Amino acid sequence: MSDAEKMPPAPPSGGPARLLPPDAGRDRPLFIVSAILVFLACLAALGARSTWTSSERWMDDLDGSLTVQIRPSEGRDADQDAIDIARLIAETPGVSRADARSRADSEALLAPWFGTSGLPADLPVPVLIDIGLDNPDGAPLDEIADILETAGIDADIDDHGRWSDAVARASQLARLLAFGLLALILGAAAAVIAFAARASLVARRDVADALHIVGATDSYVAGLFQRRFFSLGMKAGAAGAIFAALIAILVAVGGSNADALYFLPELLFSPFEIIALAAAPLIAGGVAALSARLAVEEELRKRW
Amino acid sequence: MAAKAAGFRVSETAVNPFPQSESEVIVGFDAVGMRYGRGPEILKDVSFQLERGSFTFLTGPSGAGKTSLLRLIYMANKASRGVVQHFGHDTAALQRKDLPDLRRRIGVVFQEFRMLEHLSVFENVALPLRVAGQKRANYAEDVAELVNWVGLAHHMESRPATLSGGEQQRVAIARAVVNQPELLIADEPTGNVDPDMARRLLRLFVELNRLGTTVLIATHDLTLVRALEAPVMSLADGRLTYRDRAA
Repeated sequence: MSDAEKMPPAPPSGGPARLLPPDAGRDRPLFIVSAILVFLACLAALGARSTWTSSERWMDDLDGSLTVQIRPSEGRDADQDAIDIARLIAETPGVSRADARSRADSEALLAPWFGTSGLPADLPVPVLIDIGLDNPDGAPLDEIADILETAGIDADIDDHGRWSDAVARASQLARLLAFGLLALILGAAAAVIAFAARASLVARRDVADALHIVGATDSYVAGLFQRRFFSLGMKAGAAGAIFAALIAILVAVGGSNADALYFLPELLFSPFEIIALAAAPLIAGGVAALSARLAVEEELRKRW
Repeated sequence: MAAKAAGFRVSETAVNPFPQSESEVIVGFDAVGMRYGRGPEILKDVSFQLERGSFTFLTGPSGAGKTSLLRLIYMANKASRGVVQHFGHDTAALQRKDLPDLRRRIGVVFQEFRMLEHLSVFENVALPLRVAGQKRANYAEDVAELVNWVGLAHHMESRPATLSGGEQQRVAIARAVVNQPELLIADEPTGNVDPDMARRLLRLFVELNRLGTTVLIATHDLTLVRALEAPVMSLADGRLTYRDRAA
């Protein structure tokens, strides 16, 4: 035996190789589908947040205010009456402010229906007083009614009750729809990943078989697929979140008429938006990893 | 070197096939039947024991059930009926999580090698140690020495696809024995190699048996069987018969 044969051979340098072979070609369509789903999920999350914020604002506006409508009557100056009454109401306990609106303000509110060319001067247009409350639950309706009665003014007090119930129901429905949409998209993403993980296991049956034969546990084999799909989910999540942020920025920058765009996501650069977009890759990776693990473990249990 | 022929017993009608000292029985089958799904019974009333340190051939024509019998032994399938014991444990009573530990005590060599093609020879041989959670630093030198022992030191970093059939089979054998299993099973190990390589592989199995590993080789290559005076189990139509040629 030569000296070279007596020498123990040196093991190769470097770390252990990946047990699952690279699968870039097969994974590409899944990456694209996952990125699109994450993109939609981010838009849905931003939309849900936007809907939530808008509905809270609408409810705050309705609950924290009253409106007094002064009907014009013969021989009285409605604009002046509004100013006088607003001053009295402003001094009432529980009222934070009382702003008298002019006939011109009322005409401006009616402009979407009657146009901006002005209404006939003899058309009786109610004049409004916008009242802010200290406590939405403690509106001093009786006191305001007394003031109006004492002044002999023909007016209605609108506590927005009939609107706020409808708005509350609409807001609740909008929130449910937004979060339902988000849940559906996440569920679809999980289902797609689970399907892909099963397909990947079938494609890599040789690897799974070889690992089982040498004593690998189901958990070990599932862990390999879990890590691969976590990585894929993270990358797809990052791509989807970046595109969603770009779209939201475009909407925020380009959509100056926010009222017309309240169903579109609105990027407010609030902590929620930043956290949601930053967390999207992690959540996508987590959903992908969990889906893949559960799918592979179930498949392995069926097989052996 | 002669294989250890003693310690092998078989009975087609055994009532209690397991001896008092179960530690000496590596694998015991008692009236085992096996079928895939609702298909016909592949194995019928198979009873035998493999004792520690024995060297046994399993022969039979194609379709006789050799591979199915081996699959039961390395726990890839469960028996449809009867009792299968591994290292004294009734496998039917074991939980699924217990199987990997038992599988690690069994090395398996296949005719078609079943290498992981994207891994090097070194990584393939090290696979059982790696899945057992050992650190590379702890096993690297042992694996390299084993690769050298099967004559492939110069192919340490080669991919299996670049090797000949005989070389790949030696990698498969090295992988099967790297964690020093108590039982080594080979399913047609010489099916894809030339006669000269087949003789060299057989010598490798004999050497492993001499070192204490229980060996079971399934083959229809009668030349291989005639080369040793080891006991032979024959399967025909799912039924097992036994011939102890040393007797």
